[in-house]
Amino acid sequence: MAENPPVDTEQWLHVYEQMYKIRAFENATNELYLGAKMPGLAHLYSGEEAVAVGVCEALNRDDYITSTHRGHGHCLAKGAAVDRMFAELLGKEAGYCRGKGGSMHIADQETGNLGANAIVGGSAGIATGAALSIKMRKSGQVAVCFFGDGALGQGLFYEVANMAALWKLPVIYVVEHNLYGEYTHHTETAAGDVLTRAAGFGLHAVEVDGQDVKAVMAATAELVARARRGDGPSVLLCHTYRFHGHHVGDINRAYYRSPEEEAEWKAERDPLSLLADWLTENNVEQQVIDQLEATVTGDVQAAVDFALNAPYPSPDEVTSHVFA
Amino acid sequence: MSSPNPTISHSVAAPGVRQLTFGQAINEAIAEEMRRDPLIFVVGEDVAEAGTPFKVLLGLVDEFGPERIIDSPISEAGIAGIGVGAAMTGMRPIVDIMFGDFTTLVMDQMVNQAAKIHYMSGGKLKVPMVLRTTMGASRRSAAQHSQSLHAWLSHVPGLKVAIPATPYDAKGLMKAAIRDENPVVIYEDKLSYPIKGPVPEEDYIIPLGVAEVKRTGEDITLVATSSMVYVALSAAEKLAEIGISAEVVDPRTTAPLDAETLIASAKKTSRVIVIDEGYQEYGVTGEMASVIADGAFYWLDAPVKRMGAMHVPIPFSPALEDRTIPTAEQVVEMAKMLCGRN
Repeated sequence: MAENPPVDTEQWLHVYEQMYKIRAFENATNELYLGAKMPGLAHLYSGEEAVAVGVCEALNRDDYITSTHRGHGHCLAKGAAVDRMFAELLGKEAGYCRGKGGSMHIADQETGNLGANAIVGGSAGIATGAALSIKMRKSGQVAVCFFGDGALGQGLFYEVANMAALWKLPVIYVVEHNLYGEYTHHTETAAGDVLTRAAGFGLHAVEVDGQDVKAVMAATAELVARARRGDGPSVLLCHTYRFHGHHVGDINRAYYRSPEEEAEWKAERDPLSLLADWLTENNVEQQVIDQLEATVTGDVQAAVDFALNAPYPSPDEVTSHVFA
Repeated sequence: MSSPNPTISHSVAAPGVRQLTFGQAINEAIAEEMRRDPLIFVVGEDVAEAGTPFKVLLGLVDEFGPERIIDSPISEAGIAGIGVGAAMTGMRPIVDIMFGDFTTLVMDQMVNQAAKIHYMSGGKLKVPMVLRTTMGASRRSAAQHSQSLHAWLSHVPGLKVAIPATPYDAKGLMKAAIRDENPVVIYEDKLSYPIKGPVPEEDYIIPLGVAEVKRTGEDITLVATSSMVYVALSAAEKLAEIGISAEVVDPRTTAPLDAETLIASAKKTSRVIVIDEGYQEYGVTGEMASVIADGAFYWLDAPVKRMGAMHVPIPFSPALEDRTIPTAEQVVEMAKMLCGRN
């Protein structure tokens, strides 16, 4: 915003709505877990909303993303509907995957979402293959591969990043660096510097404050333009933080990260507060923001009710979709 | 290759039927499919100008160019993953993994990704890719270039696995694999590449999951896969000389498995040996023997016997390696024992 362009508050309200939707979705997910209404676990995205929304707002609907076990934010940011998301989390037939995938495997080809992946770093190949497909079909799309800093320990990323650089593929590797791989601080697991790893492959790499959605979106827009021009792959390193534990059941976590650290991120670095503050500073009335939040909260509650009341798939479905 | 010329039931001297090697049949299948469908491409190590170390893909890059016959780095997991992603987004990749031993490096991409994506997505996404690789010992290549690991991927729901024995089957199964909407793995026996057999000029496919009776017989069934089909046919010739009529059944695919044809042959002959070049323990012979024992129990006059690779890493020395894989002589001895002839 160096040149003070006119502020498009409508656009940023939409961005705020997307981010707030993710926060409300994750809060409701946590409630479902705590109320024993959700089978299994979920890995909440709260705190990282500016990354998914900032990246996806710079993409077209037919651009591809691959997601992770902490993937609800990516799916929603790319355009998924909250009711079918909750239905999937509860294993219902109305879910995006007819209840067969669950929280860690939501895929929606209509919004270009090639699926969340429960193997850490497991989707790097899929995203890069999608980029090769884009180049071969000359479709002009871009593929984005979201993964956390924990995935930097996986070899697959380095194999496909090498090929992406060699073949100038239109893929953007978005590193959501939230400081922790599961229950371990990154300084115990990652040597050296992330950007120099990218530089080793000759990958264009950019570092950004992952709590600042405007910065994420601006950086992504440049990388997307680069990829569409045929200038090849890039790495977007986003510094961010997960507000909850590794998953909803990770409650007592002082042994690996301090309550003070968590409190500080939530108070000072909440991506929603940062954007809301900016909006009010740019003459958006608080009442408008409150109204937006109330509407989204209502939508999320209605979606939860829909999912809770939706039927399970027929038991006969267990054998369908093994083969296409 | 010292294997005898096989007797194969589709050996017809019709016009348009050429004698092609197994390797030529694979090459022709891929070339014909690539002419038909511009979405098909090949990616792998040394697949372009080198045409693979076995020269099976020689010439394809001249016709289709380096954009569709893509030389990759030595990154098996990476190219398998790229194949999965390309297949999910409209292409039809053929991923070349030089040695079957290297499929250990692609396990996450095949087992956790390719095999499960259609199911996990509730049927929305699909992965129409082919992973072709090799199998087979007896080339003095030692423990990391000699294994037959097709049991591993046959174990996983969502994958299809073909193990052709003849040039005719190789071409028909490769075409079926390329046209399939699912991930299909093809294991090609390295020693079978120079074997010649009849291959018609016209387009044909062999459906995945259909066994073939390679030789008819009355007294004993030899269920044999890939290279072991030749071992079984050779054993059947020797058994015929002593009055034992052996039927040779080639499943052609381990997944799906044509249980019906195997069980029907077992019911007819009442004795069965299952022969496969993979490790015998926890291998495909165990699965097939179980299927046959279950389906033909009341018709059997003897336990279903299994013959596979010895449970040792494949050794280098010829004096040792040749002990590890079933031979026609061993099959004859086993058959005589089951028929009460020794």
